[in-house]
Amino acid sequence: MRRQLVRTVESAMAEDERLVLLLGDIGVYGFRHAFSSFPSRVYNIGILEQATVSLAAGLAAEGLIPVFHSIAPFTVERAYEQIKIDLGYQKLNVVIISVGASYDYAALGCTHQCPGDIAILKAIPNMRIVTPGSAAEFDALFRQAYAGDQPIYFRLAEQAHSLSLPVTFGQATVLREGKLGTVLVAGPLLEKTIKACAGLDVTVIYYTTLEPFDGSTLVAHSYADRIAIVEPFYQGTLCHEVVSAFGTKRSLRLLPIGVPRQFRQFYGNVHQQDEECGLTIEALKEKFDDFFGVC
Amino acid sequence: MQSRGSCPAAQAPTLKGAAAFVEDNHDGSTECASTAVVTQLKRDILLCAYRAKEGHIASAFSIIDILWVLYDRLLQYDCRNPKWEGRDRFILSKGHGCLALYAVLAKKDFFASEVLDTFGLFDSPLGGHPDRNKIPGVEASTGSLGHGLPMAVGVALALKIKQNDRLVYCLIGDGECNEGSIWESCLLASHHRLRSLCCIVDFNHSTDRSLELGDLEAKFHSMGFEVSVVDGHDHKALARSLGSGPGLKPRALIASTVKGKGCSEMENNPAWHHRSPSDDELENMLRELR
Repeated sequence: MRRQLVRTVESAMAEDERLVLLLGDIGVYGFRHAFSSFPSRVYNIGILEQATVSLAAGLAAEGLIPVFHSIAPFTVERAYEQIKIDLGYQKLNVVIISVGASYDYAALGCTHQCPGDIAILKAIPNMRIVTPGSAAEFDALFRQAYAGDQPIYFRLAEQAHSLSLPVTFGQATVLREGKLGTVLVAGPLLEKTIKACAGLDVTVIYYTTLEPFDGSTLVAHSYADRIAIVEPFYQGTLCHEVVSAFGTKRSLRLLPIGVPRQFRQFYGNVHQQDEECGLTIEALKEKFDDFFGVC
Repeated sequence: MQSRGSCPAAQAPTLKGAAAFVEDNHDGSTECASTAVVTQLKRDILLCAYRAKEGHIASAFSIIDILWVLYDRLLQYDCRNPKWEGRDRFILSKGHGCLALYAVLAKKDFFASEVLDTFGLFDSPLGGHPDRNKIPGVEASTGSLGHGLPMAVGVALALKIKQNDRLVYCLIGDGECNEGSIWESCLLASHHRLRSLCCIVDFNHSTDRSLELGDLEAKFHSMGFEVSVVDGHDHKALARSLGSGPGLKPRALIASTVKGKGCSEMENNPAWHHRSPSDDELENMLRELR
């Protein structure tokens, strides 16, 4: 997705003179052509994320559309209050694009990991939140949603699914329908989830936009009370959205599956972390079979 | 057609009091008139805080002279069109001093003076910290310290990108200088040669009881700013320093001020950082502000 990030943002900058790129001293080589193509609109702003988010708010207040790019924990957690007050509260159209989703940088340890980004960003009113599952989806969703009157967060992961799906900002996609219950899956875990659901008579709904959350699609296509939620971030992050979507209409049985809410104790690589977190096809299948009553 | 320090003549609402700026006639009368307006604004602020039982009065009194000189003599703006592209920008980074900004904006007809009476009420646009989405003329919603200056840096960078030569003034407090984001902002402003930016430090010694700032003038100088020091209650000196125009670097103006200036009980008294006056206190303070 990182190569696509460069292609998409450079292309958009050529078409929209309001876009200004702020790099937190990462991606500088990748965006080397942007520096020469748009010298007054591309900045390696430095390693000062708090001031950068506020600076971006100032740019947005003047009608420009800043795109701030860095690693997830530094954009979101280091500058959280700036995102809350300068972007969310002031309703300013700043685009934040992170890399290093959850434990993408497994070997670097907890300081460079950020499975909690979605949970805390969802606590900020006016934030729009997007988790593309592939490079093509990032390109489509960025072009659809970067301009607006609110801030927006794109979470880019190292892993991607290989499916080709049309995606629309703000809308969930129903992949199939079934009677035993519903599997809700977000972002890059889609392909594993579909494979783990093979043979199960369940509805599968795919989410790339997490805020605003498309609750109506979930409610309209769920035919049983069991909802499994597959999240490539802290497990349970979307429980509130699911419960709120159904309101008092139905009693629900929820199965949140995601990254356990604890600091990662191991290094290695993403696949080893997936295994340890139970986010492999086999582990997902076992959980689904148990939850949906298939033995 | 926009003009300096007040609304366009063709659209100008009636200015209340002695607000209209006239050139200095060298006998001090301009300064007397200017000081008289500020005294009246302080009375307005006291009454606002008294009615609302809320407000950082002492902080407002610390900065009111600076704000008045800016809005009366220096800033380009159009109160009927607060988003006018040709305006100078002012950001109050120490948002808790907002009663001073509200009083000045009302005096300059950004909104009706009656709105001041609603300060702190449930459905008022005027809260204890300023909100850019509610109040005409407010450029940034501030309150949590250390946000306004980096935002002003972003505004100055945006103007540079847009090749707009208007000026950006930002007022911070000395206590606010404890925040790391202030110094991050200075690095950015200096590196990007944001000569349109003027950072005014309301140096009322709020931080003396917590963190030693050392030589603030030297600190800003080392950060790449042109630095000057001024009496923050001397209108003539303020106008001269603030109006000296951009040089080659961003500017820092360290304004020596007194927190609670004008009310003896309040001056440099930490008990008055965040409180409203009782009936007796209000009477005494209004008497002092004649």
